[in-house]
Amino acid sequence: MTLNISLEEIYETYKMTEKEHFDIRAVTLGINLLPCVSDSFATLCERVEKKITTTARHFVKRAEKVDSRFGIPIINKRLTITPAALVLSGALTGNATTDRKHAVAFAELLDKCASEVGVDFLGGYGALAEKGLSYADQTLIDAVPEALGCTEKICGFINLATSKAGINMRGVARIGGVIRDLALNSDNAIGAAKFVVFANAVSDNPFMAGGFHGIQEADNVLNLGISGPGVVRRTVEAAPRDLALDEISELIKKTAFKITRAGELIGRELARDLGVRFGSLDLSLAPTTAVGDSVGRILEAMGLERVGTHGSTAALALLTDAVKKGGLMASSRIGGLSGAFVPVSEDVGLSEAVKCGALTMDKLEAMTTVCSVGLDMIPVPGDTKTTTISAIIADELAIGVMNNKTTAVRLIPVPGKKAGEMVSWGGLLGEAYIVPLHSENSDYFIWRKGQIPAPVTSFRN
Amino acid sequence: MTNSDKNKDLAVVLVIGKDRSGIVAQVSDFLWKEEINIEDISQKIMQGIFVMTMLVDLAKARSDLGVLSTKFANFGEDIGLSIQIQHYRIFEAMHRV
Repeated sequence: MTLNISLEEIYETYKMTEKEHFDIRAVTLGINLLPCVSDSFATLCERVEKKITTTARHFVKRAEKVDSRFGIPIINKRLTITPAALVLSGALTGNATTDRKHAVAFAELLDKCASEVGVDFLGGYGALAEKGLSYADQTLIDAVPEALGCTEKICGFINLATSKAGINMRGVARIGGVIRDLALNSDNAIGAAKFVVFANAVSDNPFMAGGFHGIQEADNVLNLGISGPGVVRRTVEAAPRDLALDEISELIKKTAFKITRAGELIGRELARDLGVRFGSLDLSLAPTTAVGDSVGRILEAMGLERVGTHGSTAALALLTDAVKKGGLMASSRIGGLSGAFVPVSEDVGLSEAVKCGALTMDKLEAMTTVCSVGLDMIPVPGDTKTTTISAIIADELAIGVMNNKTTAVRLIPVPGKKAGEMVSWGGLLGEAYIVPLHSENSDYFIWRKGQIPAPVTSFRN
Repeated sequence: MTNSDKNKDLAVVLVIGKDRSGIVAQVSDFLWKEEINIEDISQKIMQGIFVMTMLVDLAKARSDLGVLSTKFANFGEDIGLSIQIQHYRIFEAMHRV
């Protein structure tokens, strides 16, 4: 056989993996735990343990094999499960104290299973509660501060709004306190980094902390998260300074197309090796703390002095849209969140922009109207009122509900820290400066609770 | 891809470095020792830089691509060249629709 790939194409691919950190950010195996349901907590635990440890037994080893075979690094191996509130509900007794203990014990069991099969994280300790909190949902969210505080690998979420149902403000009011307690319950508030509040949560998200295995999915499904902010940044940086923005969009689209195609190949191979269904491919520019792996820097490469200044929202809109279009053209399995993430502490460019005051909470909120997730990894002062946390969440969920998109909030109130001070978690979570918030309170608005009705655009029947 | 190619495990090797005599011989010798078969080879000098691309078959190779990649990098360092290897299907996915 003759080599029909040109030298330029070969060189481009090498550059992407060697110099620009193109990688498969996460392979996530979704496991349906509904067959484990029982009215006895002990039986439930037994079944869940067996299910997870047998289904994911070879997962990490096989992923490493595919990584080695194709020479494209697979960074994280993760599991997602059916939202835990659904799995637990049958085994609850009605005694709030016992049930809370069971919910915490369930998280510990999941943590043990995750360690046993060698994955980095297990997501899905959460509830779908956009229209109301069931007893199981309430039990679970009450257990969250302790459960995520005492476990290492468990990630939690709660969906509190959809475009079809509106916003569950009773849940929003309650979750502000949960997030504060979670921060207080863990070292350096790190527990709060493992919990996400959603509007329009997706059931096939391979990224953490918000991933879970939706009830509409097949039993075992492999989802794949591809990243590559470094590759896109190089593409934009290499373009002439006066290249029109539609041309920039075209360049990003082409790059997104190529990395999606490579990702799909790897996802299908791994799913075949594991004997599970290949679910979806999530092409998200997910920054890491590595220099160059920053979404903020891509926006700056488009011509902004600092991310956060005027023009940032437009630049991010162009970026997210181009990434989605390139991905959609490359694969019919595009799902998850797909777009660009703006996690403040994990992104060097964003973190620096906060430090120098160019990037504020209000601008971040504006930018989330066009990014693929929301207010992500934002450290806020430790003395922030729980009603203020709830109000920030309400704002963000409203953006998702009104615009028919997924939005999420991952705030970290760091005890003892004030606006402008630095907090460092090290590793993947990075470091950041505490983002100042408005000092005026939102108390009475949050205390009203109730439901913000679904928008008129949701009535399409 | 013909039927006979189906049993092959193809990869692409890229060699870049300062031009001198013996590069092709050294690299081929290394491939032979690793039991890697060369399917196609193309080489040129671009602005004084030696650039070679090879299509190779790893079906009978001694180690898998992950291990080979490190071996190639080390071998390249020893003889003053940059040598990289990657699976052929990655290129096909990225560059051919």
